[in-house]
Amino acid sequence: MAISTTAPHLTGEAHYLTELEQDARRERRQLFALCTPGLLLTMLLLFLPIGWLFWFSFIDADGNPTFEHYSRIWTEGAYVQIFIITFQISILVTAICVLLGYPVAYCLSQLPPKWSGLLLIGILLPFWTSLLVRTYAWLVLLQRRGIVNDTLIDLGIVQQPLPLVHNMTGTIIGMVHIMIPFLVLPLYASMKSIDGTYLRAAANLGASPTRAFWEIYLPLSLPGLVAGLVLTFILCLGFYITPAVLGGGRVQMIAQRIEASVHLYPTWGPASALGVVLLLLTTLILLASHWLLGRWRRRLG
Amino acid sequence: METSGSRSTAGRALPVVIRNIVKHYGAVRALDDVSLTVGQGEFVTLLGPSGSGKTTLLMTIAGFARPTAGSIVVGDTEVVRLPPHKRDIGMVFQNYALFPHMTVGENVAYPLRLRNKPKAETAERVEQVLDLVQLAGYGGRRVDQLSGGQRQRIALARAIVFEPRILLMDEPLSALDKQLRERMQIEIRRLHDRLGMTTIAVTHDQREALTMSDRVAVLHQGRLTQFDTPRRLYERPTNRFVAEFIGESSFLPVSIENGIARYGDTVLSLAEAPSGTAAQLLLLRPEKLLFLNGQAPGRATAVNRLQGTVTETVFQGESVLLTVRLQGGHEIHTRLPNRQLDSAAVPEIGAPIELGLAAEDALLVPGDR
Repeated sequence: MAISTTAPHLTGEAHYLTELEQDARRERRQLFALCTPGLLLTMLLLFLPIGWLFWFSFIDADGNPTFEHYSRIWTEGAYVQIFIITFQISILVTAICVLLGYPVAYCLSQLPPKWSGLLLIGILLPFWTSLLVRTYAWLVLLQRRGIVNDTLIDLGIVQQPLPLVHNMTGTIIGMVHIMIPFLVLPLYASMKSIDGTYLRAAANLGASPTRAFWEIYLPLSLPGLVAGLVLTFILCLGFYITPAVLGGGRVQMIAQRIEASVHLYPTWGPASALGVVLLLLTTLILLASHWLLGRWRRRLG
Repeated sequence: METSGSRSTAGRALPVVIRNIVKHYGAVRALDDVSLTVGQGEFVTLLGPSGSGKTTLLMTIAGFARPTAGSIVVGDTEVVRLPPHKRDIGMVFQNYALFPHMTVGENVAYPLRLRNKPKAETAERVEQVLDLVQLAGYGGRRVDQLSGGQRQRIALARAIVFEPRILLMDEPLSALDKQLRERMQIEIRRLHDRLGMTTIAVTHDQREALTMSDRVAVLHQGRLTQFDTPRRLYERPTNRFVAEFIGESSFLPVSIENGIARYGDTVLSLAEAPSGTAAQLLLLRPEKLLFLNGQAPGRATAVNRLQGTVTETVFQGESVLLTVRLQGGHEIHTRLPNRQLDSAAVPEIGAPIELGLAAEDALLVPGDR
């Protein structure tokens, strides 16, 4: 009797379950439908321009398909030179940002919240003024008769004004200033999440503060460092305004070359090809760093 | 130390003398003149509610908190001014603090690496200690592949592998579920007996303290209230706080006149003659109370009789918890063991009941906390 009463009850329950599942599926579809306007807009604004870019880079002035724009990048020495300089500047700027930014982020993460909040505002404040204004401010500061050179001469440290602007030095000073928040912020966030007990444990096991830093803290902060480093590096690769203004035409990076190509050639093709190459390089670096970070995260658990 | 093969995994057993430790946080006295001596090879637990100062005391021993005044001597070394990394004290942290970027083996080897031990010796020691905590062969695992209990053992292994002078444990089992916690309590105790290391642990769980320790130091509001063996803490608490914090207890007010203690009009026979004239409290442990119900107690010694009515009965598995309102108006608790449920029916609510307390179990504690 017990069996005969439970059996129909069970099938009824199973039937009920499938209905519930259908319900859940319908709800998921409806929720997904809510996203579609945003999704379509993103597709339109993101993939359409990039598609256009690719398209233009493969056609010549008469509208015929061609590889000419790409082969020019490979064969003309000037282009290769520009790529090399772009990478050199980006690597140097990123390295200086790491050297300056790591201690800053470390200090911020160790300070009580009241002070770290205040200092964070200090780091974010430059974002409130336009990039162009900040770059021209550097021009004023660094020029031959600017504040920096005047002070150095007044103090008797140098006899002649230093060439601080319209060259590589000026470009790098300006870029480091612009880029440093992009390194500090992700690094700070990752340092904030490092549990202080790890350092206590290291000290308890006999590690001096120096060794505890190198062997425990630094490895644990690496994910944030790599994230900030990649962000900075990629932003550097495509940077235009600061090198253009502070480099004084003597320092040419890819973005400037793209701009020049637009003026130089009657078609979009050459500029598009440079853009595509830059995009692909950036994607490659992102993928590589993503893979590296993933491996490290898996180790960290 | 390394030469004595039979005890090669054992740490050193040094006494710890803590004298007049005071720690202020602003106006708050986290530790108020705490002194205690831990004998060599002894297992002592610091027990108290949160805010009692037990963790602060452990942190001053480890070197993570600097006391305002006082001295801590480990063996014959004054450590109070030493930075933590020079103290040579092993510690198991509450959340274990195993380094996530190192394997289990690297974690355990880390203190040896810091001491520049040769590679071969390090590897051998790590295997020995992993074997000791019953995790031999786990050296290559990542920390996140371990269960909570395994992490606890690895944290312990890392804390003892370098033969520290003493071992500290900060709520070592609080992250584990109840069953595992109870098993680990016994296991830690066994390991301690085998290694003979002087060990100081912190817990808020009185049962854990009673299970693991040779002696328990009960802290309350930054002061040491009683430092005794588990048995004496339970049977002979010296104040109301300890009596309340450890085990279950009810209290009855007692007046004292000419060396005679009375609850209401009832004259009490006590384990020890009362001293002084100040009002005190009679401590009643639920499981110490006898069910008389008119019968003679059947005991040689004197038994104090308490009459009342049952107001509540709660079945709790191993026993039935009874709430009894005494004729004097006070409510007390008692337990009817499961084993007696066959012979004695559970009293109904409102039924009269007579309870007995043997004179040797009748203990007075000072009324103030």
